[in-house]
Amino acid sequence: MGSLKEITTTDDESGFMATQVNELMNWGRKNSLWPMPLGLSCCGIELMAMIGPKFDIARFGAEAARFSPRQCDVMIVAGTLTWKMAEAARTIYDQMPDPKWVIAMGVCSSSGGMYDSYAVVQGVDSILPVDIYVPGCPPRPDALIDAIMKLQRKIERENPLKRVLEGPTDLDESGTGIFAKAPNMEVKTKRYGTYMGDSGMKDDHSTARAKEES
Amino acid sequence: MTNVTNKVLEYAAGNSSDLELDPDDPLHGELMKINVGPQHPATHGVLRLSVELDGETIVSCDPEVGYLHRGKEKTCESLGWRKFLPHTDRLDYVQPLLNNTAYALSLEALAQIEVPQRAQEIRVLMMEVSRIMAHLIYLGTTAIDLGAVSMFFFTFTEREKAYDLLDAWSGHRMNNSYIRMGGVYADVDEAVAKSIEEWLRAFPAKIDEFEKLLTSNAIWNARNRDVGVLSPEDCFALSLTGPNLRGSGVEWDLRRNMPYSGYETYDFDVPVGSAGDCFDRYLVRIEEMRQSVLIALQALDRLKQSKGGDFLARDRRYVLPPHGRTHESMEELIFQFKVVTDMRLPKGSAYLGVESSKGELGFFIASDGTSDPLRCHVRAPGLMNVQAIPQLAQGRLLSDIMAIIGSLDFVMGEVDR
Amino acid sequence: MTASEHVLGLGWDDVSAVEERDGMPTLQVAPQRLRELLEILKRDLGFEIAILVTAVDHSPKAPRFELVQQFLSIQNNERLRLRCPLEGDNPSAPSCIDLWPGAAYMERECWDMFGIQFDGHKNLRRLLMPEAYGHHPLRKEFPHQGIEPDRLYREWERSRIERAAEREGQEGVNS
Repeated sequence: MGSLKEITTTDDESGFMATQVNELMNWGRKNSLWPMPLGLSCCGIELMAMIGPKFDIARFGAEAARFSPRQCDVMIVAGTLTWKMAEAARTIYDQMPDPKWVIAMGVCSSSGGMYDSYAVVQGVDSILPVDIYVPGCPPRPDALIDAIMKLQRKIERENPLKRVLEGPTDLDESGTGIFAKAPNMEVKTKRYGTYMGDSGMKDDHSTARAKEES
Repeated sequence: MTNVTNKVLEYAAGNSSDLELDPDDPLHGELMKINVGPQHPATHGVLRLSVELDGETIVSCDPEVGYLHRGKEKTCESLGWRKFLPHTDRLDYVQPLLNNTAYALSLEALAQIEVPQRAQEIRVLMMEVSRIMAHLIYLGTTAIDLGAVSMFFFTFTEREKAYDLLDAWSGHRMNNSYIRMGGVYADVDEAVAKSIEEWLRAFPAKIDEFEKLLTSNAIWNARNRDVGVLSPEDCFALSLTGPNLRGSGVEWDLRRNMPYSGYETYDFDVPVGSAGDCFDRYLVRIEEMRQSVLIALQALDRLKQSKGGDFLARDRRYVLPPHGRTHESMEELIFQFKVVTDMRLPKGSAYLGVESSKGELGFFIASDGTSDPLRCHVRAPGLMNVQAIPQLAQGRLLSDIMAIIGSLDFVMGEVDR
Repeated sequence: MTASEHVLGLGWDDVSAVEERDGMPTLQVAPQRLRELLEILKRDLGFEIAILVTAVDHSPKAPRFELVQQFLSIQNNERLRLRCPLEGDNPSAPSCIDLWPGAAYMERECWDMFGIQFDGHKNLRRLLMPEAYGHHPLRKEFPHQGIEPDRLYREWERSRIERAAEREGQEGVNS
């Protein structure tokens, strides 16, 4: 796993039981990462190959590639994201319930790839918070499995109990700082109000509202 | 028990405003407009269908493409002819070598250079292997969309075997950029050629397995027979070519009728359907895979005979010297410098159509004699296949859309470019 | 007799043969003659399939745009290419979708990428770029990297922001 080593927490607040509960929750989460395959282009074929028989992702507990974002944990952006598709990708990310992670698969989603053109988003991290970047055009399925394993190591270092006890806060400073709150939850997005319940966002994309108007 | 009258609605051609809906009718009161896509497991990429439904029946269906438009044609004008080659792989990304060949053929037609015999044989072999891989994707993804999940795993097992061979041969599993202007990038290794031959010889038995699973399966027949019927006139009107045209009974194959790369010397049959429905297109593609195996084996035999031949043209205006030569010879170094920095194609335009797994693929290229390309247009068969969806989906149930999309077989990389 | 020989034999002075490097029979047609020629190709000469409809931007030379169409005849096993120079910066050309419905998407793409209007095409919307996109990308003066993509992304949302602001004005401020 390269240079990612275990970080032992020295936080005074968490005692032995809290650490054990954290480890249990992290163990459960990392071993059942259900991917949301946003298979946009060529990387999608290698993503399918990874879900396929030879590079079986099922041994990591991740074969349930449910295409509904409501049922998924990790969104794998596989392929080139264009500005036309960007809104849809962001909507899908917003629909995923917490906890959620993002893997940017391939160079097109990491940085725009070989397309420095008018229609391509230069890196999906312009619109989504990314956890793991996987270079390659397309990356071998082995590389993507390596990314999932790195994500598992990253999840092991999280502190979910703290969030459960303290409630939602802004970005937590301890540990890797990614998991106190998914970074986008406080940032009101265009779609948040429509899909996650009424948060006061006046968004007009729901057809029900449009019908009320007319 | 209420007396529900079954109202048979006459659907106008895609125009829902012609319908007379009775708001008090419990079954046919209102139309529902939903999106299939752009993110959907079964739309073969990012395609959006705005579908208007009356219950489960489709009244109109409007495809929207462009969610993967990466600006490839503009990119060619900025990058230049040589650097655009890897971009052509990513057009129809399930058959990269066929795209490479179409591009290389157009460039060679414009520059009017000859491709050596051995390179042509390697090209034919690679094209047929790509065709097999593309049809395996069709089979795997269409079957899983219609519920036959095992087919996905069967076909992807075969694809993995081919991927390993392509990896050993050309350096990359997919998006190889192996076939270039003037020939191919590297010669074939004997050990790899032997492995490919073994795989090809074992493949027809696998096709038999696939057929045993699907062809006489009651569910497969029920979902595909008489669904998405295209008459030959429909195909001509919609500019459909390839297996979609052949499934409707028209015997037109560019490898047979307008041959290129030496196809006139190979011995193969062209499968033609009769009913023009999804099932016939499925049978045409299965038989095409068998024929591709035959062509590929013939190409392999010829490769054994032409051992030691050139695999790349020696025209130094357009083709790079082989690796290592630039260290030995001053002229080769100068040629490499000129080709890399300032390759010019003569003034004019060229187009050469290639029989890809989806239809007629071609690159219309225009040059004005400078080193910047004037125009490079990709004639993508997938775009024509998408055009056929509204007509075929009209009046059918929503679940037939998956059978129709699968059997029309397009890949959004080339539809949107 | 090939199709191009037949057409040249009709004796029109605004249709002429062009030599092409790939050997495909090519005719240069003036815009006013194009529609008539297309009808003859479909009706009499048996060109059932429209292979491609695209354009070339020759700027800074004039005429700037050149419409290129290619057809395939399955019964006669031949191809034909037509080139039609169009005048002006926002030209229009006759549409051929009543003869070949498959050209609809290709003409929409020409409109999207070049800004060439097609008379008779009832559904001339953008195909590849979003509807609210204000530029024609394949024109030579349009930069490859595009123009301020972030701003454009917000452009596309402009109408939605406007409507949301309207509703907020109507309903008053909600939390």
